[in-house]
Amino acid sequence: MLKITTPLTDETVCKLRTGDRVLLSGTVYTARDAAHARFMEAFERGEDLPFPLEGAVIYYVGPAPAKPGRVIGSAGPTTSGRMDVYTPALLERGLKGMIGKGSRSRQVREAITAAKAVYFAATGGAAALLAKCIMETEIIAYPELGPEAVRRLEVRDLPLTVVNDIYGGDLYEEGRKRYARL
Amino acid sequence: MEEALARAREAEESPVGRGIIEELQANVALAKEEAIPVCQDTGMAIVYVELGQDVHITGGNLYLAIDEGVRQGYEQGYLRKSIVADPLRRENTGDNTPAFIRVQVVPGDKLRIHLLPKGGGSENVSRLAMLKPAQGVAGVKKFVLETLDLAGGNACPPYLVGVGIGGTFDECAFLAKRALMREVGRPNPQEHLARLEEELLEAINDLGIGPQGFGGRQTALAVHVESLPTHIACLPVAVNLSCHALRHRSREV
Repeated sequence: MLKITTPLTDETVCKLRTGDRVLLSGTVYTARDAAHARFMEAFERGEDLPFPLEGAVIYYVGPAPAKPGRVIGSAGPTTSGRMDVYTPALLERGLKGMIGKGSRSRQVREAITAAKAVYFAATGGAAALLAKCIMETEIIAYPELGPEAVRRLEVRDLPLTVVNDIYGGDLYEEGRKRYARL
Repeated sequence: MEEALARAREAEESPVGRGIIEELQANVALAKEEAIPVCQDTGMAIVYVELGQDVHITGGNLYLAIDEGVRQGYEQGYLRKSIVADPLRRENTGDNTPAFIRVQVVPGDKLRIHLLPKGGGSENVSRLAMLKPAQGVAGVKKFVLETLDLAGGNACPPYLVGVGIGGTFDECAFLAKRALMREVGRPNPQEHLARLEEELLEAINDLGIGPQGFGGRQTALAVHVESLPTHIACLPVAVNLSCHALRHRSREV
């Protein structure tokens, strides 16, 4: 399995192909629906986001609370499609990777290709296993959003699958075609 | 659900799909060992109460008591608080209340409480249609398959599929949800509905969506159909999906 680190570069992203399993290490930022809406408001006001977007990876997750002595609670991906409406604006400004589950709109897939970015799936519902890969966490913005606050996560060997690569591949379409009986 | 996953692991033809199911099994084992949730989405608390008509509740309000239980359970269990007070203003209530409670009066002197913490992702891909009676069983099948086709890999397959047929617009939706509370894979006692469950399961698994939507044969673990009488003009059908992390408990007091 390929090991990759953040921030993502063109060189790394060019190597990734739909269906590849990778282990991601480094910094990722959490954001769901409410945080994305705040990002758009920040853009409208001409403000910066709470983290640098260049080469950044966003993980669509609202973790469960940490038990005492733990870094974080269970932390698996939420459905990415709800963020589609916000995603092209982020890709235009340097976002390089997204982690979630489920398929993306045509507009997002085109924006991924144009921005040389990548969309990964983490296994939905494997939230206890995924939390094991999170070494450090800190709320960096919007604490009032509770589980939807923006967190900085330091991850080690987070297991991901490449869904949309820069070459236009889509794992959901390809996988389904292979097994459909019509 | 664990047994259903084990069966699906054996039946899955796709190597990627088998790998995903193994990951889900390892996740369940780890979650048990560490007493943490299998999924971070610990849901909205769906509570279905079968209240015996000879039961007299004293000392307070049943609905408030259930909310208090949810408040304590989600806090003490380190579960995620996923409820917003207003669907448009969207401020988190901070304690996962209110619960979504439905009480049905039944014969007897017992109180039975079913709890189904239900995730948002699989709720989002659920659908309801008011079909024409002429569309019949073929129309029902078509609508269920369309729903699964649209859901694709978005809501964490392998799914459990709850189908409600008949009743009214609102009752039909609840039937689909109540279908998810049945023991996984136990067929409907009515033979024609049990057959429909089997046929639907096969057709759904022919869609090729597979575990996590990466392609494969195990798109649904089971289909549960529930039905009710309905109006001569109506054929309501509702589909309520659950992800593989179906959590359901019943207690009788």
